[in-house]
Amino acid sequence: MDLEYGLEYQEFTKEVEAFCKKYSGLSFLSSRETPVSMLIDPEVSDGPKMLRTEWQKILIEHGYFARAVPKEYGGYGGEADMLKSRIIAAEFSKLKTPSPLGGQGIDMLVPTLLEMGTEAQKQTYIQPTLHGEMIWCQGYSEPNAGSDLASLQTKGELINGEWVINGQKIWTSTAQFSQMCFCLVRTEPDAPKHAGISYLLIPMDAPGIEIRPLVDMTLKPGFNEVFFTDVKIPEGNIIGKRGEGWAVANATLGHERGSLAPPDATMNRVNMLMDLMKKETLDGKPLIEHPIYRDRLMQIQGKVLAQQSHALRLLSAKLNPGTDVKIGKMIQKLTGTELRHELEGLAIDVMGEIGTLYEQSPHVKNDGTWQFIYMYFLGLIIGGGTSQIQKNIIAERGLGMPKEPKVQGA
Amino acid sequence: MYFGLSEEQSFFKDNVKKYLEDNASLDSIRHIANGDEKNLSKEIHHGFINLGVNGLLIPEEFGGLGLDLLFAAVVSESLGSNTGPIPFIAPYVMAPTAILAAGSQDQKEKYLKQIISNKIMFGVGFSEFVGRRNDAGLSFKDGSLTGRAMFVLDAQTATHLLLADQLGQIFVVDAKSPNVEIIHLTTVDKTRQYAEVICTSASAEMLENSCLSIDSILKAIDAGRIMLAADTLGASQAMIDQAVDYSKERKQFGRVIGSFQAVKHMCAEMVADLEPCYALVWHAAHCHDHSPDEARLMACHAKAHVSEMGKGIAKKATEVHGGMGFTDLLGLHYWFKRIGVNRQILGSPELIREEALKCQL
Repeated sequence: MDLEYGLEYQEFTKEVEAFCKKYSGLSFLSSRETPVSMLIDPEVSDGPKMLRTEWQKILIEHGYFARAVPKEYGGYGGEADMLKSRIIAAEFSKLKTPSPLGGQGIDMLVPTLLEMGTEAQKQTYIQPTLHGEMIWCQGYSEPNAGSDLASLQTKGELINGEWVINGQKIWTSTAQFSQMCFCLVRTEPDAPKHAGISYLLIPMDAPGIEIRPLVDMTLKPGFNEVFFTDVKIPEGNIIGKRGEGWAVANATLGHERGSLAPPDATMNRVNMLMDLMKKETLDGKPLIEHPIYRDRLMQIQGKVLAQQSHALRLLSAKLNPGTDVKIGKMIQKLTGTELRHELEGLAIDVMGEIGTLYEQSPHVKNDGTWQFIYMYFLGLIIGGGTSQIQKNIIAERGLGMPKEPKVQGA
Repeated sequence: MYFGLSEEQSFFKDNVKKYLEDNASLDSIRHIANGDEKNLSKEIHHGFINLGVNGLLIPEEFGGLGLDLLFAAVVSESLGSNTGPIPFIAPYVMAPTAILAAGSQDQKEKYLKQIISNKIMFGVGFSEFVGRRNDAGLSFKDGSLTGRAMFVLDAQTATHLLLADQLGQIFVVDAKSPNVEIIHLTTVDKTRQYAEVICTSASAEMLENSCLSIDSILKAIDAGRIMLAADTLGASQAMIDQAVDYSKERKQFGRVIGSFQAVKHMCAEMVADLEPCYALVWHAAHCHDHSPDEARLMACHAKAHVSEMGKGIAKKATEVHGGMGFTDLLGLHYWFKRIGVNRQILGSPELIREEALKCQL
């Protein structure tokens, strides 16, 4: 056990800290409507102002974002360094510096392109995506292909050198802001279901695409349904070969699952809740003095500490190849999203009636984020492979328990 | 940066595990639990000491190995996974930690060296400092102790006892003194020993610095709690492993029960609950030696959280076995009970979480 980062990293921490202080209180000029993923960012207002895309470029120049993405694709062009990534995330969070943009293009598509894209695709898509100028949505789920994603039916036919796409996608976050969609489409109707899918890149302004908002329980702009009617895209807008889309998609899902609920972010919320419980009172006494509320807070703090330590173990395993943490990785999506939901729910409970306040209501605490994130994380518990699917994965792939017998015809 | 067990620690862990598998089979544990094999537990204990566990935490200047608490944590984990019927936490972890933290130079010389030469074995009774139940409690006056200590660990095999009053002062008492009465307490866990100790003006030597602050007794209690967490960790993993194995063999409705989602989900939940506990226990043990600012909080949460996870796992792993899990035949209940007792010793989760909060306010 050696939790010291060493001199180089101590210096790096100081450098990041100085950077964060320089941009303290930064806020953004709005250029387009805010995707839902940005609503969770800490709100800051009394410092410099700039466009979100300018901020992306500054972060890349310093190597605080897209660090390992090669320069020719618009990244910083440095070595991947997980400790530095961790230091950046920790300092940004501590000093409330706005994080770089996330979203499905940056978190999922860029790693996939780097791994499996053609040179031309990398040249075309990575830089504008990193700069926040090209926003992507993910076209995976369909009304009849949720947990059983591989049964998707949106059809792609190659006609006269163009893919012609017909079908429907659902749960498409940020589709209304997106320029592009990475999409799973059935192109080989005669192949077995996992082998008949291709991974296509679809411009969202192509004729024949209709986007209908699908309002979720948070009532914030979130999901959409996307309809494709004879949508035509060039033959080359495919990652991997025809019929290889399932493997390509699995690579990206791997990128998504690890990053849904980082325990450090959850611990920040635990600390916020503890502050709130010191200020809010019940019958004249701070909530933190209520024996049951404080015990529940400590229960959750213990769980989050365990997950933080676990994340250090996983980080260490990446730095020191050869360590077996297969099951350790499989549990992350399940435990991380469930715990965050539980924590946000506790905040609502300790506030009682006040915990039900939402949006801009009088007396609402922390801008209504406790209710919003409580509901938002229920969405994350279900999305990206439900908790129940996660348990199947842990049991079958992690513990080697046998699959359920197949139902005929499925 | 490296987070995990070192090669030496893994080696040590495997060594202890192998020793227990070879020498403390479920069959012999059954005999010991039934009380019909008094010498067997002594033999197992003797071989265990030969692995070097008694001097694990004692600095080299007193003849020990001077290793980190993380080494002790992996030993404890191995003991838990095998329900090892051996005194460990009191004589070789809590006692040396308390003596190192609170003893004068003379006391360290005297006691630590004798722990290594195996002339002295301590039982430890700090329960009344953690939370005094009913009329238990010790008072110190004119060099002697009077009163009652409950759930003293490993007193039956001890030559000396380390007892604490409610102020957190720590005393050495001769276990064989006529003024000390040791009464066996029968808990559900028969793989280890718990006793009530009644002192009637028993001559007692205070660990010199324990009257200055409660820091030294807390240090020893934290170490003990991390060991109990590690023991529960090992025991819980053993229960999960047995449940998963059983689910792959047992057939009902024409298929192995491990192919049913209900059973799979129970197993997956157990794994998801337990896996982060490894990191928490290791981290807590590491902080105990190397990060004093975080040490208290980590030790409290390690004990409280692993106890909670262990309780759920003990129940679910038993349920996966169906009726067989409930019988004495499989012996699964030895792990169930060990986890159950670990949870209450040195503070139940609710009491410890209260301490965890107080050390942050």
